[in-house]
Amino acid sequence: MSRIAALFDGLKADHRVALVPFITAGDPDPEATVPIMHALVEGGADMIELGVPFSDPMADGPVIQRASERALKHGVSLSQVLNMVERFRQDDTATPVILMGYLNPVEIMGYQKFIDRATTVGVDGCLIVDLPPEEDTDVLPLFRARGIDQIFLISPTTTDTRLDMISSAGSGFLYYVSLKGVTGSSRLNVDEVRQKLEHIRTRTDLPVGVGFGIKDAETAAAMAAISDAVVIGSSLVEYLSQRAGEADKLPAHAREFLVTMRQAMDAVRTESKL
Amino acid sequence: MQSSGSSAAMGEDAVPVSDQPMPDKNGHFGPYGGRFVAETLMGPLQELQAAYEKYMRDEEFLAELDQELQHYVGRPSPLYYARRWSERVGGARIYLKREDLNHTGAHKVNNTIGQALLARRMGKTRIIAETGAGQHGVASATVAARLGLECVVYMGAEDIQRQAPNVFRMKLLGATVVPVESGSRTLKDALNEAMRDWVANVDNTFYIIGTVAGPHPYPAMVRDFQAIIGREARTQCLQQTGRLPDALVACVGGGSNAIGLFHPFLSDTAVSMYGVEAGGEGIQSGHHAAPLNAGRPGVLHGNRTYLMEDDNGQIIETHSVSAGLDYPGVGPEHAWLKDSGRARYVTVNDDEALAAFHDLTRTEGILPALESSHALAYADKLAREMSSDRIILINLSGRGDKDINTVATIEGINL
Repeated sequence: MSRIAALFDGLKADHRVALVPFITAGDPDPEATVPIMHALVEGGADMIELGVPFSDPMADGPVIQRASERALKHGVSLSQVLNMVERFRQDDTATPVILMGYLNPVEIMGYQKFIDRATTVGVDGCLIVDLPPEEDTDVLPLFRARGIDQIFLISPTTTDTRLDMISSAGSGFLYYVSLKGVTGSSRLNVDEVRQKLEHIRTRTDLPVGVGFGIKDAETAAAMAAISDAVVIGSSLVEYLSQRAGEADKLPAHAREFLVTMRQAMDAVRTESKL
Repeated sequence: MQSSGSSAAMGEDAVPVSDQPMPDKNGHFGPYGGRFVAETLMGPLQELQAAYEKYMRDEEFLAELDQELQHYVGRPSPLYYARRWSERVGGARIYLKREDLNHTGAHKVNNTIGQALLARRMGKTRIIAETGAGQHGVASATVAARLGLECVVYMGAEDIQRQAPNVFRMKLLGATVVPVESGSRTLKDALNEAMRDWVANVDNTFYIIGTVAGPHPYPAMVRDFQAIIGREARTQCLQQTGRLPDALVACVGGGSNAIGLFHPFLSDTAVSMYGVEAGGEGIQSGHHAAPLNAGRPGVLHGNRTYLMEDDNGQIIETHSVSAGLDYPGVGPEHAWLKDSGRARYVTVNDDEALAAFHDLTRTEGILPALESSHALAYADKLAREMSSDRIILINLSGRGDKDINTVATIEGINL
């Protein structure tokens, strides 16, 4: 069983929801990335989503665009991101790590080379934003052969036909984009998301996470009440970038940020059980 | 999908375009093209494709498009024998397809009028567009004004500085011009930003892409709207000379004017095709915009094609004296035509393009756009190697009035 599948099985048994923080690898400082990852786990992260910087992040809002630009200024490449995961794995072999990024850096590295290296360093899943299942037929078998989960997005405009296709191509979990827009947008409608998630669950057995637009502990709690995983990206990236000057304190800040989210999510989950 | 006819503007004896089924139903031109986008864009693209396939078979829509092309755009555009310039160059006879005489002064409007009419049929009240030099932005703002649609144009902050007159023109036409501050603050970033807008506002918004790039169906749809250039040119060449041209020459940035000219000639195997990329300061210098000549395949803006990129797969900045060719990618159909050998792709440097700009202006009284001047400069070289019974047909894709400040600055003249 993959680390991701095992995680969701365990959480289900405990009636808990996965907290998945996203950070852009190499931002605000390449040296800080691995310590921040460990701090996020201490703060309550169940899984880490590590963004691979790209020059043209079409699906991202301004916060993650700027994080990507800062990381690229530090010269952070896909191969360095894989090295970061390798370093993280020296001290943490339990927490699943997924990479989120765009196809072109993977294409230039070469699919087989990328997947071999990702397997060696301990990557558990990949969300390649601009690689939908239709274009993925050559690559998916390579991921499957190495047991790396391919995580796909579901959007408010995804049809049932596509939902079924995505559900059978994907593994690990499905990532529901909670609004029409880019990462970090702010128009989350909890009732709409709830209805959509209920519908998605009628067509898949995979856990369903929610992301794009979760700004604070309150929305994280609201999403925790209805989903299997809550992804927090832009607000964390923004929080850390505002504290980039205090490089040695970044892990502590990351931990504090996450503890608040964890407490809010666990509280709502306990209430709903009662 | 194949182009559909608009009989009055295309001429009575137009022939069907190539019988190659390009792209396939998923938008692939061989290994290129496709639909490499986030799931959030899949719904909007499927909706667009359905509407495009429906209306390109709808007689009423095609008649409406035909009316606009004739009476608003001013088609057909002339095919002009540049006798004095041909004689000066020495060699083949050179004909110019005068897209510079269209309303707004370039070929761009053929596509924007088509997409804007489609937007209206789809019930969209707001159109958005990306622009680099501002030509596509102006052409989009123009048709938005014509059809009473709201228009927002995304333009790199860097380009806004360089192209102030076009920015003002768009504002006069009622468009909102949004400066894009991300990335390299140029055309590619404007395209990213327009896509982000579209995802968030798809309920009322239609995204008019200006070139034959982007996710399926854009490369095929923009080609089909631009193919009127080649259909007319083919008919006109037969009427005027009794035969087809020996060679077609067009500049290639994203490649819409070139595909528009080439596509209706694809099955005419005796007709050679030359796409001219911007060599900038020379390929060796690294400062150019020639992905087909010096790039490699990758994925950007929703399609697989040749790109200017570094060893880590990051997109790099391009350089050309002509802002309209300053794009790190190229339409996927050109990538396919290159690999298949049906078309050849060459480069012309900034200085050669400038020389051709002056040459045509002085000998024919036609001020060409700096983009089109790249095609002229290559045709100049080609014509010299051919005898006077041969014919070269160049797509003069735009007029050069917009470029006089650029030319003056380069030549140290203060206007």
